[in-house]
Amino acid sequence: MKPAPFRYADPRSLEEALELLATEEGAKVLAGGQSLLPLLSMRLAAPATLVDINKVPGLDAVDVTGDGVRVGALVRHATLLHDAAAARVQPLLTRATANVAHPAIRNRGTTVGSIAHADPSGEMTSVLALTGGSVTVATPGGVETVPWDELFVGPLETSLSGPALVTSAFFPALPARSGTAFAEVARRKGDYAVCGAGVVVTLDESRRVSAARAAYISVGLVPEVHDLSDAVAGQPVEEADWAAAGELARTLVDPDGDIHASADYRRLLVGVLTERTLAEAAGGIA
Amino acid sequence: MTSVDTERTITVTVNGVPRETTVPVRRLLSDALRHDLGLTGTHVGCEHGVCGACTVLVDGAPMRSCLVLAVQVDGASVETVEGLARVDHQGGQVLHPVQEAFRECHALQCGFCTPGFLMTIKAGLENRDASADLTEEEVDEMVGGNLCRCTGYANIKKAVHHAAAAMKDAQ
Repeated sequence: MKPAPFRYADPRSLEEALELLATEEGAKVLAGGQSLLPLLSMRLAAPATLVDINKVPGLDAVDVTGDGVRVGALVRHATLLHDAAAARVQPLLTRATANVAHPAIRNRGTTVGSIAHADPSGEMTSVLALTGGSVTVATPGGVETVPWDELFVGPLETSLSGPALVTSAFFPALPARSGTAFAEVARRKGDYAVCGAGVVVTLDESRRVSAARAAYISVGLVPEVHDLSDAVAGQPVEEADWAAAGELARTLVDPDGDIHASADYRRLLVGVLTERTLAEAAGGIA
Repeated sequence: MTSVDTERTITVTVNGVPRETTVPVRRLLSDALRHDLGLTGTHVGCEHGVCGACTVLVDGAPMRSCLVLAVQVDGASVETVEGLARVDHQGGQVLHPVQEAFRECHALQCGFCTPGFLMTIKAGLENRDASADLTEEEVDEMVGGNLCRCTGYANIKKAVHHAAAAMKDAQ
């Protein structure tokens, strides 16, 4: 239960970090380390070199504009959770972050690191998907933007290869006349969710449902956004058939069973959480 | 260019005292506290961030010391359970209100998880508005990340309320 030996560097600039990632064989980025260190201690990963980016300047800002929220690579979950401006522009950020582990983990773990880690049990990968977000990736060759649907390849696997550092994640603003909600079922609050759901409901000008979308946690190998609009589109918000949307969601997902829950139980939870969160999201639309 | 090392000498202020030690870079903070600095009050349970027994304060914020490398706290301030009690004018030890509440409410049995609970609750109570009423949700959030196999949590939650009241009175 101790990490295998590795080499360690803590660069003071982005250029230096990228150079280390390019020149050190088997190098891995260390940010908050709340997922990486358990992997090292359990010997599930043994990178030759850790490039600790905690001392790289300029990566710790939450930038909020009318277009959305840009979260830097060193922003801790706890910081994002308490960012009132970010919550106003994209309320899913606060709602989901409140479900990320426990306070002591949120004080150290980073939102962007959680996304780059690409764990299907992670909250923020699904939030990036549901909001239609993207990440900014720095490589020795330059900077590129990778949309969420080109980022996630499989569990703990992204499309990024070679020397690359995710410097920020961008979460677009919540559209007008829209509401969000997020809920999880976990054996102990703060543990990995058996199943979680994030939803966005959008109304038209006469307060009829125009769109309903959902993304799930611990369901499927990579984050997916499911369009549930067919079950509720055109219905007045007060009378919308959220249960039908939950039923539809159950037919769309393909969960796996494991020691924590069977696939059938996860499918059941998808239906329950979808109905519940859609009603809550719709109720919050001013 | 930053050096790439397998060993580093770090300086950490632990419970107000600057300490210097040389550690392999793979040393976890929990092990550095216990093995290199001789502070065995920080307990190591699961060693992968689940149990919370090793929780210490890094620059005032509770963190799992098994999920932080010792080299990462170079220059930082760390507070462990050994730093909770203060010395009175006669050289005796005065327990911190959270420790006092744990004793008062019988919030520990075997005591293995207690250091982690004490540090988490201390930070949780200090980082909130003491004049506001403490809700059950807040208490659950405060203790939910720490595992206790003996008490069933009822007395720990009682102790959190007890400590909150004591800290409010002390204001």
